[in-house]
Amino acid sequence: MSDFSEELIRPTTEDEQGEPRAPSGTGMCFPWLQKHIETIATGGKQEKDFAQTTSACLSLIQEALLKHQWQRAAEYMHSYFQILEDSDSNKRQIAPEIIWRLGSEILYYHPKSSVETFNTFADRMKNIGVMNYLKISLQHALYLLHHGMLEDANRNLSQAETWRYGEKSSSQEVLINLIQAYKGLLQYYIWSKKKMELSQLDEDDYAYNTASQNMLNHSWKTSINLCALIQIPGVWDPFVKSYVEMLEFYGDQDGAREVLTNYAYDEKFPSNPNAHIYLYNFLKREKAPREKLISVLKILYQIVPSHKLMLEFHRLLRKSENEEHHKLGLEVLFGVLDFAGCTKNITAWKYLAKYLRQTLMGSHLAWVQEEWNSRKNWWPSFHFSYFLAKSDWKEDKALACEKALVAGLLLGKGCRYFRNISKQDHQVLKKKIKQMKKSVKKYSIVNPGL
Amino acid sequence: MDLEEAKEFKDRCSQCAAVSWGLTDEGKYYCTSCHNVTERSREVINTEAIPNTKIQAINRGLKRKRKLEKGWDWYVCEGFQHILYQQAKALQTLGVGPELKNEVLHNFWKRYLQKSKQAYCKNPVYTSRRKTTVLEDNPSHSDWDSEPELLSDLSCPSFVESGAESQPDVHTQKPFPIIKASQSETASVCSGSLDGVEYSLRKEKGIVKMTVPRTLAFCYLSLLWQRETLTLADLLRFVEEEHIPYINAFQHFPEEMKLYGRDKGIFAIESWPNYEDIYKKIIEVATFLDLPRFPDITEDCYLHPNILCMKYLMEVNLPDEMHDLTCHVVKVTGMGEVDFLTFDPIAKKGKTVKYDVQAVAVIVVVLKLLFLLDDNLEWSLSNIAEKYNEKNEEDKPWFDFRKWYQVMKTAVDEKKQKWEEARAKYLWKSEKPLYHSAIDRSVVYKRREMVVSLQKQFSTLVGSTPTVEKQSPSSFQFSWTEEGSDRTCFHGHSLQGVLKQKGQSLMTKNSLYWLSTQKFCKSYCKHVTTYEESNFSLSYQFILNLFSFLLRIKTSLLHEEVSLIEKRLFKAKYSTTKKKSSRSRKARKC
Repeated sequence: MSDFSEELIRPTTEDEQGEPRAPSGTGMCFPWLQKHIETIATGGKQEKDFAQTTSACLSLIQEALLKHQWQRAAEYMHSYFQILEDSDSNKRQIAPEIIWRLGSEILYYHPKSSVETFNTFADRMKNIGVMNYLKISLQHALYLLHHGMLEDANRNLSQAETWRYGEKSSSQEVLINLIQAYKGLLQYYIWSKKKMELSQLDEDDYAYNTASQNMLNHSWKTSINLCALIQIPGVWDPFVKSYVEMLEFYGDQDGAREVLTNYAYDEKFPSNPNAHIYLYNFLKREKAPREKLISVLKILYQIVPSHKLMLEFHRLLRKSENEEHHKLGLEVLFGVLDFAGCTKNITAWKYLAKYLRQTLMGSHLAWVQEEWNSRKNWWPSFHFSYFLAKSDWKEDKALACEKALVAGLLLGKGCRYFRNISKQDHQVLKKKIKQMKKSVKKYSIVNPGL
Repeated sequence: MDLEEAKEFKDRCSQCAAVSWGLTDEGKYYCTSCHNVTERSREVINTEAIPNTKIQAINRGLKRKRKLEKGWDWYVCEGFQHILYQQAKALQTLGVGPELKNEVLHNFWKRYLQKSKQAYCKNPVYTSRRKTTVLEDNPSHSDWDSEPELLSDLSCPSFVESGAESQPDVHTQKPFPIIKASQSETASVCSGSLDGVEYSLRKEKGIVKMTVPRTLAFCYLSLLWQRETLTLADLLRFVEEEHIPYINAFQHFPEEMKLYGRDKGIFAIESWPNYEDIYKKIIEVATFLDLPRFPDITEDCYLHPNILCMKYLMEVNLPDEMHDLTCHVVKVTGMGEVDFLTFDPIAKKGKTVKYDVQAVAVIVVVLKLLFLLDDNLEWSLSNIAEKYNEKNEEDKPWFDFRKWYQVMKTAVDEKKQKWEEARAKYLWKSEKPLYHSAIDRSVVYKRREMVVSLQKQFSTLVGSTPTVEKQSPSSFQFSWTEEGSDRTCFHGHSLQGVLKQKGQSLMTKNSLYWLSTQKFCKSYCKHVTTYEESNFSLSYQFILNLFSFLLRIKTSLLHEEVSLIEKRLFKAKYSTTKKKSSRSRKARKC
């Protein structure tokens, strides 16, 4: 976090040739002018060595951190603390945050550091200045979580939650919500552990009642903690997920639906694929009508066309009665296979082979051509090269067969991939290959005759 | 910070909602967690609870006022006197003769007090407010024949150590009498010293006001008077290395001399002394004190260029044989003459020789004469020397510029890095923090406490070795005595490769020379030349950087000095050929 403006203002006193450099091109030089300009830039005052050495110290710390020299960094840190006593109140005010960030980094990695050292450091830093209390508390809690100290983290968050400072600035408000939400998340964790215990108990068991009562308590507290944060635009996946799980558990389906719908559709929120996935999964659990599921996935398709749910989307579209949906179904499959990560997805190829044949049988040649037009100059080398035919056959024969059928349908029986696979002699797949040849002959969009 | 008394106050803090109150010195409540100071003071709150609190509150108020840090009554100039005393003592432990402290500096200081009308005069500035007994009839048995009017009175022994008493009691040994003023109570509100506020407002024309950097000007003037073996660059380096008290010098004041408020602006320093700045101050002070001509700088003085050149040749590992050449340059330029070297504040207005910079500049000029330093000739001469040394291994080796460069480059880079790291680690803040006002005080102390505890915590992570071990003071920064593999000592190397016999005298093989500056600025700015690094050869840059690092000065200052020497050396060239003669042919006898 180096202060760039300061870097710009600072005259080049670090290197030995501190002499002001006047442009010498014109043959005129006004050394006094340069000096004058410099003093104006530093507010009429010459920068003191204190400021110079502390900023040099800061860059040495940063360098040491970059090189993972924790001990060296700690050495410089020892000297850097004096910035807290800087007579420049501006610098003094931004210092705690810098110190916190550097110091916590050092303490996180330093071999001689321990949780106790980190705790004392965090507690001290929280109380220097007021603006950092929440931020440091939250980071402190995350550190404790990272070390598996849930109770301490929880205590920390509770403390931070009740902290107030004058008129909360808007940024501080978000922080408070975030702290509450993390607290909620911790409670959710306890709750879900209790749920596990409960599921192992017999309903008639005496303990069952108390346990469920316990759970209820927790969920109530948690929902209070969580719901404030998720009203604010942002990406709150883990919070939303746990909140919905609890709502669902207690049968508040409407509440859960509202939360998820809001999270997915509120325009103020940033575009977030997970929001749609959560909503879709929820609706699926709820056994919502197909139309509704399709409409949710349609949006996901626009954001992430390669998502694994797209195959499910395809199935839904295929089953639909709507003609438009059938066309979209084909589009979706092509879309999935556009991505390098999906090229070996056998289900996708299987679906495509089957659906292509079906579409062509249903004489929707135009649909196929529409999709194929934009891909015909790159798919052949991307999916159907000779090399791929060989390697696919070697790795996964079933996949090769599906691909060969698609290749044949799209490129005609002359295409290399198809030829290579159909030439193969294999006992088990013999029948399949034969069928494939037949289909290609009958339905391929490339008619060799014409 | 009366936390006990503040317990009665149970309201929440308006800023942070905490209930944790302390009392300021003014009796107001402040929040210990966010340092918010309330408008409410103690007495107001308790009125409902206890009927006769008002009386109590008044009592308390008075008591508290007395509790304000209150030490001795002292004047700002006493503070400076104390610093000077500390510095003189430090110089004495560095090996400077005791006369410096007891006589010279003491007299300079008295003269300053007199000239600035603070003491030893008929109308001291303080008499306008207070009655002071002026020392009128002083027996004038001065040590200086030239300056009979300068007072050396016996009632002021603070510089003179008296037997067993090592720590002078400044309180009892004032240079001038102080009347315990009745208004001290009010004056101390804004400063710990009696006249801190007044002092910082004082702006009389023609008066050189004392500042912390000026203490070094006093030190240097007395060193120069005594012709001690210490240059200005050395003095400033010792200050930076903390062998001489300067930053936070007030820390060593007696416990009872309290500093706060305006004193902070007067005594707190956040920069190391800068050569040019202190140089200016030296002249300023010397002129203000109206000092007579200083003792002559003769050839046997340390500050004479011949001796200093020897010292710096040794320091930078150059052959001893070069000394003949430096002596010659000094002689030709007339820089070794007593009148040129001796400081005379009255006769030579605003000028004194920068002995160290000048000596180093002479060496640079000699290097230019021998090797030209045009990034070309020095390397071809090195090749010749290298070949010669390979062939004649038993002989005295020829000086090989390249080899020297390699050795010096690594040595100086290493040193520079260490120096930069040590600077970055320097702890500026004193153990007893200075604050502006009473309200400020608890916050400042709390901040100090916080820093100390953080430092304590991190010091456990640092490892067993202390961060920087204090170097013992030395006027040499490098030592080249041990014959290491990569630390070759060149002192004994010969210059045969670069000199040639001509008749009875030796001449430099190199007959060329280039001037660092072709034109001298004649305008009012008095600036000799600007040093634009990129205009010069790399070897020249290296040499300037090396020397300016040694002296901790700006490279441009050294370049300027080199130009001035060249101006003296090639006077004829400058006056006759003002044309574009970038390279003046030059053959010199040695």
